[in-house]
Amino acid sequence: MDGGQGVGASVLRKEDDRYLRGRGIYIADIKPAGTRELAFVRTPLAHARIRAIRKPQGFEHAVFVASDLAGVRPIVANSALPGFKPSAQDVLAQDRVRHVGEAVAVCVAATRAEAEDLAELVEVEYEELPAVSDMLAARAQDAPLLHPAWGDNVFLSTHVDIGEASVRDGAPIVVRRTLRTARQHMAPIEGRGLVAEWDSRLDQLVLHTASQMPHIVRSGLAECLGLPEEAVRVIAPDVGGGFGYKGILLPEEVVAGFLARHLGHPVRWIEDRREALTGGANCREHHYELTAYADRDGRLIALDALATVDAGAYSIYPFSACLEAAQVASILPGPYDFAAYRCSTWSAATNKPPILPYRGVARAGVAYAMETMMDAIAREAGLEPHEVRLRNLIPPEAMPFDNITNKHFDSGDYPQCLRRVVEAIDVPAFRARQREATGPVRLGLGMAIFCEQAAHGTSVYSGWGIPMVPGYEQATARLSPDGGLELRVGIQSHGQGLETTLAQVAHSVLGVPIERVRVVHGDTGVTPYSTGTWGSRCMVMAGGAVAQACTELATRIARIGAQLLQVAEDDVVVADGCVRGPSGSVSIREVAHTFYRRPQDLPDNANPGGLEITAGYKAVRDSGTFSYAAHACIVSVDTRSGEIRILDYAICEDGGVLVNPMIVDGQVIGGVAQGIGTALYEEMAFDAAGQPSAATLADYALPGASEVPVLRIDHMETPSPYTRFGQKGIGEGGAIGPPAAIANAVNDALAGLGARVDRLPITAERVVAAVMAAEGVS
Amino acid sequence: MKAPAFDLALPESLAQAAQLLASPDSRAMGGGQSLGPMLNLRATRPALVVKLTGLPDLIGVEDASDAVTLGAATTHAQIADGLTPDLEGGVLARIASGIAYRAVRNRGTIGGSLCHADPAADWLTTLTALDAVVLTSTRPIALSAFVTGPYRTILAPGEIVRAVRVPRPAPGFAWSYHKLCRKPGEFAHAMVAGLRASSGLRLAIGALGGPPLLLRDAEASIGVAETSLSFLEPAARRIQLEAMSRVLAELAA
Ligand SMILES: Cc1cc2nc3c(=O)[nH]c(=O)nc-3n(C[C@H](O)[C@H](O)[C@H](O)COP(=O)(O)OP(=O)(O)OC[C@H]3O[C@@H](n4cnc5c(N)ncnc54)[C@H](O)[C@@H]3O)c2cc1C
Repeated sequence: MDGGQGVGASVLRKEDDRYLRGRGIYIADIKPAGTRELAFVRTPLAHARIRAIRKPQGFEHAVFVASDLAGVRPIVANSALPGFKPSAQDVLAQDRVRHVGEAVAVCVAATRAEAEDLAELVEVEYEELPAVSDMLAARAQDAPLLHPAWGDNVFLSTHVDIGEASVRDGAPIVVRRTLRTARQHMAPIEGRGLVAEWDSRLDQLVLHTASQMPHIVRSGLAECLGLPEEAVRVIAPDVGGGFGYKGILLPEEVVAGFLARHLGHPVRWIEDRREALTGGANCREHHYELTAYADRDGRLIALDALATVDAGAYSIYPFSACLEAAQVASILPGPYDFAAYRCSTWSAATNKPPILPYRGVARAGVAYAMETMMDAIAREAGLEPHEVRLRNLIPPEAMPFDNITNKHFDSGDYPQCLRRVVEAIDVPAFRARQREATGPVRLGLGMAIFCEQAAHGTSVYSGWGIPMVPGYEQATARLSPDGGLELRVGIQSHGQGLETTLAQVAHSVLGVPIERVRVVHGDTGVTPYSTGTWGSRCMVMAGGAVAQACTELATRIARIGAQLLQVAEDDVVVADGCVRGPSGSVSIREVAHTFYRRPQDLPDNANPGGLEITAGYKAVRDSGTFSYAAHACIVSVDTRSGEIRILDYAICEDGGVLVNPMIVDGQVIGGVAQGIGTALYEEMAFDAAGQPSAATLADYALPGASEVPVLRIDHMETPSPYTRFGQKGIGEGGAIGPPAAIANAVNDALAGLGARVDRLPITAERVVAAVMAAEGVS
Repeated sequence: MKAPAFDLALPESLAQAAQLLASPDSRAMGGGQSLGPMLNLRATRPALVVKLTGLPDLIGVEDASDAVTLGAATTHAQIADGLTPDLEGGVLARIASGIAYRAVRNRGTIGGSLCHADPAADWLTTLTALDAVVLTSTRPIALSAFVTGPYRTILAPGEIVRAVRVPRPAPGFAWSYHKLCRKPGEFAHAMVAGLRASSGLRLAIGALGGPPLLLRDAEASIGVAETSLSFLEPAARRIQLEAMSRVLAELAA
């Protein structure tokens, strides 16, 4: 490994040249000749029976409803977890709509505006049904049913009871909290979008789509359209942010795939912000009832939890409706070691958009829940919050460690990580300042420590039994005749910087300068199969696969190089872009030139497979890498106006060996920005009729530059024992910590007034309402 | 969403514009910063959009000893950049620089903002406190009587706002304006503007869902405001009163 361009080097991102010059090519930049635009007719009602749909006269040929889509199957995302109830989602609703924004018909016209004109003329006769817009109400006995055959509104409930958590009532400290997080919209800058075209020469559907997982979309599309997979090619071009919003097979993709073939011309759909907001607020909504039992000295004895997740109307492909809630049960204990745990979870079906896993899947809510309890214990025990945490964290000498829910922590020193942020914040100095601030503007300190499981593979996902189980990750490495290296990977890079970091991995193995390494991704036509970009898996999995392919390529290079150097194969090494022998070297470029252009110079035993290799990779153990971080922040809270300011924010992050520390910092900063949104700004409320509260970004508040403070980021680099370079996945952690750390800080500031806010986001009104409640004013 | 088809007229005189706008199917356009989104959301669907910002009658400013008059087509950015006459202490420039983001300020106009009558618009509340007068193609209208409800004004069909006249308070006046927003550049959820001058005290409370509430002299007290705002949720009311206390404190200082 060298510090120049390989693993560990903070080289600038290769892809930024085109991004910063505005030369990226996104889905809306693609418009083949003859393309017509699609506009979907979407239900304005959250729950209704469709009585009739009338197409505008004279435009019957340009409007399509479910019955026009001959042979198209609904989207079904099952799970093998016992008791799971699958839903069947028609790509255009047939007889029932279950959330505002669900598509009922599609219109085709020369421009989007004209397609929308047509959509307005489509008459849909609805019979409105009572809506279920709250996840707790959904679970009530007499709630209206979304999927009548189920008998209730629960996709799945799970129960674990380990060590009799239920009988800990005698514990000296017992704290209870009821917490709620808001439904959010992920709001990537680029929305969803697609261009579908039937290639009659190849007899193939070519779908350009803003996706994080082109291969999975291809499988799902082939299943829904009844096409063999080789008749479908999915290409994700430059993608302007995903976060999970684009980790899905969309009904729109199926509809467009059908239309492209049926109509014989390309069709395009570009989601607009209104569609995204009104029909795409689809993540993060949790409710917790928690009881924690602890010793006088703050040691956690047991945790008892009831968790409900609002899963929306359908089970989405491939992640299913239960990924979030069922995961809550296994990850709630976080990095803490304790002996008794009980947890019940419910994935509740509601008349809202189907839930999708968003950056830090379930963990942002879970860390908020667990870290709130840690602070509650600290307050009862009269201890500093970090003291209580230090008494409960898994110690470094216990690594690797299997926790109470059998999560396998690969490595790390959690107490040290926490101590570093506590030092960065200077807790004693802060407490002195805090004691002085007794006026209307109060100060608070909050922290959170949490882990991020990444790159978990077959052994974990086979248990879920969802449509997608990651196996061997593959990469193709091929040398060009002039010595350049092309890497082909099935993942998709949309902000993670993988065009750079995978080149760095290849550079570490072969020494080819990264300027001569080209990473081809996001195209099922030219890359090996992959489940795609999700779960912070790419640096471990695609990175591992690239390293493997390059290592195998190095063997072939070495043999040819040895021949050119006239030495034995055992006497050469491949490094720094050369094959080096005892007394001379030959460049990889010359080796490539020899193989392709001067085969007469090859050794007799040269591998006829040539300088192109597809290799597969799995981590030594595929239960996942555990990155972790501690966040600590100081806030001021104006108790009269409810204004909150983040005055300081310190992070210590351990992501194992960092392939590109600069990119890791970028991931942390971006994640924290989103976490601040979860903590303080973002909320898509739905009224009792299931109507979303925001249709534009004027009503849905996203954090911007002025809301994100300067972050102080510190790193530890404890290698994972299981991955190629000791790297761990780090894409999500930034988003996990802020809700917990900020909520704890706000509540620390309010504690002196006896006030507390137990739901996210913590808006000015909620702060003021809490202060008024504490004052006894209502 | 995309706007339905409409025609665009670029009239050359106020009379021609007024004639085009007399039809109920037409709509005036200033900077398009509020109308543009409404067209795209299909919340309004005029057959004809009449662009007013090129009209000589709406461009230009007048700096008199008793008042500053700004043409309706004056942009927030021009005011923020100090390119137009201002009250003592740069009152108008400070208000303008707190509206939205630079890109919106570059096109959004003071006339368009008043005509749009968003309850949380900055000009509406601040100019009400400053006792401004709207000069239309046919008459002067005191701003305090201009807005009749959320997004509604007393403008008659075809009536065009030409300019806004802001009286100069006698020297030695005190001015204060506080708004509370979720984040800078967003519409505020609480806003109070106050002017204390020899003529008395004027306090305007905005972001109330309709026209601003104007409290004068003795009415400008927390107690009166508390009663007047009893229709608000308790927490929202307390936040408005907090903005008001800040303004009163600043005016008293
Ligand atoms: C992202 C964003 C954030 C914003 N934030 C704020 C904010 O914080 N505070 C704030 O105050 N505003 C804010 N605005 C609104 C902005 O100030 C607009 O510029 C203003 O509301 C409208 O001005 P305009 O010139 O663009 O008018 P237009 O959008 O062109 O017109 C608005 C309305 O006024 C009518 N109209 C326009 N000119 C005339 C005229 N001369 N005579 C008669 N009728 C006329 C039009 O018919 C239309 O009904 C924001 C806007 C955006 C897009």
